Amino acid sequence: MLEIQNLTHTYADGHTAIKDINLTVQDGQLVSIVGPSGCGKSTLLRCIAGLIRPAEGRIVLDGTPADGVPDNLAVVFQDYSRSLFPWLTVRDNVALPLKQRGMSKAQRREAAMEALESVGLADAGSKYPWQLSGGMQQRVSIARALAYRPSLLLMDEPFGSLDAQTREDLEDLTLKVRGDGGMTILLVTHDIDESVYVGDRVVVLGASPGHVRADLTVDLPEPRDQISTRELPEFVRLRAEVGRLVRGAGETAEQAATAAT
Amino acid sequence: MAALFAASELLGRAEIVDRSYLPPASSVVTRAIELAGDTLFLQYLADTMTAWAVGLGLAIAVAVPLGLLLGSVPAVNAATRAIVEFLRPIPSVALIPLAGLLLGSGTEMKVALIVYASTWPILFNTMYGLAEVDPAGKDTLRVFGFGRLEILLRVSLPSAAPFIATGIRLAAAIALILAVGTEIISGFGEGLGIFIAQAYSVPDGARDVLAGTVWAGTLGLVIDAALGGAQRRMFHWHHARQGGTT
Repeated sequence: MLEIQNLTHTYADGHTAIKDINLTVQDGQLVSIVGPSGCGKSTLLRCIAGLIRPAEGRIVLDGTPADGVPDNLAVVFQDYSRSLFPWLTVRDNVALPLKQRGMSKAQRREAAMEALESVGLADAGSKYPWQLSGGMQQRVSIARALAYRPSLLLMDEPFGSLDAQTREDLEDLTLKVRGDGGMTILLVTHDIDESVYVGDRVVVLGASPGHVRADLTVDLPEPRDQISTRELPEFVRLRAEVGRLVRGAGETAEQAATAAT
Repeated sequence: MAALFAASELLGRAEIVDRSYLPPASSVVTRAIELAGDTLFLQYLADTMTAWAVGLGLAIAVAVPLGLLLGSVPAVNAATRAIVEFLRPIPSVALIPLAGLLLGSGTEMKVALIVYASTWPILFNTMYGLAEVDPAGKDTLRVFGFGRLEILLRVSLPSAAPFIATGIRLAAAIALILAVGTEIISGFGEGLGIFIAQAYSVPDGARDVLAGTVWAGTLGLVIDAALGGAQRRMFHWHHARQGGTT
């Protein structure tokens, strides 16, 4: 279980990115986090990942307060081309973090190949990341995260720079990962449809400073399907509600900005 | 190149200039080829190349770790900046007499000067390469629980490697200049520079001076081409990425 308690972060320049965020995520849940730009989505994720030490509040994982980078964490970054290492083959990229798991070279290779197979890239192991398309590179990032067998997976706008078809494929891959269970997933996105389609819950953040504006439960039948799920009345209702909340949150931010000037 | 060759050939053959000052290009080249079979000359060549290789190797061994330290620990960089800024502008050739006084005119002196001169480009390229490392790569390993030293060795060093390689290539050329230059100026001992300096001091030595120079130039070209080729092979990922083939 992931508990985010009273999380507040102010940057050195005095800008408060997030204020008093409380969130509890059950094991195995996939929580989508959406919000207008400037709502502190990335700050929140970087705090949870231990890349930023929050000014106030804490992250508690399975009852233990996290100090720095939590154990059993994996992150899929938006910018796959910068987070994959161009001097390593695809297989070695996936295998590298497993050194932290104390696995032998043979075990690491086997686990890497297994993970690559699960994302549909069984044949790409000996290629270099830059020889693959953007969508395939992001699959490699996901395979790297999966091979690590994290208990918490953070995804920071992972499909933001991909074309629509690839994005749908990777959303379904994320759903498959969720279905396999055992992993708590936080997915930050700016795509409202996506947040509803893959989420068990959608948390909407408001801006200036970032705070939790709404926490909605997504009650859509499984398995989800790109066509039929998206035409369900419940899906349409939810996406409209999330859309209104995100837009409303953005307007509040703009009004606040106008008032401040 | 061909025009220069032809001009020197004509001027020499037509005796417009004295042959002892400027021998025809063909006779210089013939002499240079002859020298390949001259054991004493080859011994000299081996001496120069040994000093070059040892000096460059030591410079790499000093400059890369030092660059990693200065480039990744800002406090050390700030503390040593004054020393670095003081030493760097000293032309290494100006140190030849001083090094001669302290170390004599043997291999040690040559090597010391080569290390001094060729450390700088490697050091600065290592530091520059580190400054260019993408923080996204470092964050990636951080979230997987890797420590600072591991991130330095597994992300920063390989990212900076193409820059370090360019520094080594520059240093290789500088090391050759220092090896031959030190020999010419000090004038004693063994080496390609000694061969040139001794030929210079005898009458009719111009042909040998120029043949030695042809050897020095060829060495420089061969070394640079070999390192350039190695660089392209080793860092194909760097070039592929910069070329935007993704």
